[in-house]
Amino acid sequence: MIEFRGVTKRFADGTVAVDGLDLTVESGRITVFVGPSGCGKTTSLRMINRMIEPSSGTITVEGRDVMAGDPADLRRGIGYVIQQAGLFPHKTIRDNIATVPLLLGWKKPQARARAEELMEIVGLGPEMAGRYPAQLSGGQQQRVGVARALAADPPVLLMDEPFSAVDPVVRENLQDELLRLQEDLGKTIVFVTHDIDEAVKLGDKVAVFRTGGHLAQYASPAELLARPADDFVDGFVGRDRGYRTLGFLEQDVPLGALTPVRVGATAGDGWTLVVDGEDRPIGWVSSQGVVEEAAIIPGGTLHPAGSGSLRSALDSALSSPSGQGVAVDDGGRVAGSISADAVLAALAASREAA
Amino acid sequence: MVWDWIPRNTDLIVRLLGVHTVLALVPVVVGLVIAVPVGWLASRSTGLRSVLIPAASVLYTIPSLAVFIVLPAILGTQILDPLNVVVALTIYTVALLVRSVADALAAVPALVVAAATAMGYRPGKRFVSVELPLAVPVLVAGLRVAAVSNISLVSVGALIGVGGLGQLFTEGYQRDFPTEIITGIVLIVALALVVDGLLVLAGRVVTPWARVAA
Ligand SMILES: Nc1ncnc2c1ncn2[C@@H]1O[C@H](COP(=O)(O)OP(=O)(O)OP(=O)(O)O)[C@@H](O)[C@H]1O
Ligand SMILES: [Mg+2]
Repeated sequence: MIEFRGVTKRFADGTVAVDGLDLTVESGRITVFVGPSGCGKTTSLRMINRMIEPSSGTITVEGRDVMAGDPADLRRGIGYVIQQAGLFPHKTIRDNIATVPLLLGWKKPQARARAEELMEIVGLGPEMAGRYPAQLSGGQQQRVGVARALAADPPVLLMDEPFSAVDPVVRENLQDELLRLQEDLGKTIVFVTHDIDEAVKLGDKVAVFRTGGHLAQYASPAELLARPADDFVDGFVGRDRGYRTLGFLEQDVPLGALTPVRVGATAGDGWTLVVDGEDRPIGWVSSQGVVEEAAIIPGGTLHPAGSGSLRSALDSALSSPSGQGVAVDDGGRVAGSISADAVLAALAASREAA
Repeated sequence: MVWDWIPRNTDLIVRLLGVHTVLALVPVVVGLVIAVPVGWLASRSTGLRSVLIPAASVLYTIPSLAVFIVLPAILGTQILDPLNVVVALTIYTVALLVRSVADALAAVPALVVAAATAMGYRPGKRFVSVELPLAVPVLVAGLRVAAVSNISLVSVGALIGVGGLGQLFTEGYQRDFPTEIITGIVLIVALALVVDGLLVLAGRVVTPWARVAA
């Protein structure tokens, strides 16, 4: 557990970056600090490992005041993933990752073995061990940054906009992998971002900061989207918050029947779903007659039957050329169709249940 | 050219070449050792920087001959003591390198230094393991200038009797014997080229990471 008690940071030039922050970060969870640029997210984060010292108030990590004891020792026990990775350009990937174990006095072979183990965990091929950071892509560098922070297995991980410098597709990948890693690791993670979508996706709890270093709201993502505390949070959370709330509702949607056909078979009137030899959806055809490969129109997003959210169900219907969403089972085979109406009915049912 | 003067005087030439190399390069090493902490100070605070960097530039503009002559009075050495030349060239090297070191350290990305701090490096170890290695490429550029300029400045010492290969100039001039002068020039240029090449090579060897960036 990390606790901020009445924490204020006033810099030498008079800037108040954080003002009277009271906040409890729960152990084993991802807590996201989000807010506009300059609202004090990085400052708050860096006060946890004492890279910045508070002007007043106290911060404790697992009950210990961070201001007691030696800052270097404190930091070796707290993983830190810095903005844009901040890797050491003159050290190989292996040595970058082995940094903290070596500082803690591990033997070199042991530290290197640990580094190679972590490369595997974060999905980096062993052939990269001897390369330098400049030889890696932005996404790969971020993975090294995460591996380096995890090397000495610290209970707490601080991440400052770790995925902001990579393109959206890679970012999404890295986010998914962070969630997957966290399932196994159960670290206490404080994650800073200015992207509300990232906050809502990753956070068990989200702290929204307002310019001037004030905490505007501290709540679960679903709560934040459903009940923003004030106009500032409302505006920050964004216009589609109603739609995004659906992402937190895991409600079964009744599936409609579908009669898909294969390439070469004859389709009936109207829209017909085309599947491959293993019943996996390929796309749609809109005209009667023998189905030809060239006539297939790509389908929409697929909804995982039984495990998806109402958001993915609705999206599958809205993105499908036929207006009918396609639900698939674990093997990717067609399970049934989804209509937008069915999703809205399920939503109404979940409202009544609540 | 009186070619056979050269084989007849190999002993002298080799000895002068050795003396010249020592007089030029010992100051480079000593100067580097002094310039690193001073440059580090200059890179730490703008206040210190605004004093140290101009001071270094002023030192560099003092004519070498004047330094050679004034130093014995300050150091209490004999005018013919090679120490005068070594001390003078060390001063020039420091003057040159302080700026290189300060610039090189200032150019280390703040993000990398912050990452090192966050990993739990204490300042001393961080300087040796992160900041200094990253400063090496700029530092090598400074060292090359210092080494080559020292090799040429040593010859000026010949005017006060301690000049390595410069002695071939003064003698050749007095005896009106161009062969000796040309031999001196060629050897000084060759020495400068070899030392410069070795520094480039050494720089490459210690910074394998700098070559992969492109
Ligand atoms: N060393 C410093 N001296 C003076 N002011 C500072 C210092 N560091 C940060 N600030 C100021 O404190 C405020 C908060 O900065 P901080 O870096 O915490 O913002 P942030 O929320 O992380 O912003 P961003 O999203 O842009 O990274 C800003 O107004 C910033 O200019
Ligand atoms: Mg920041």
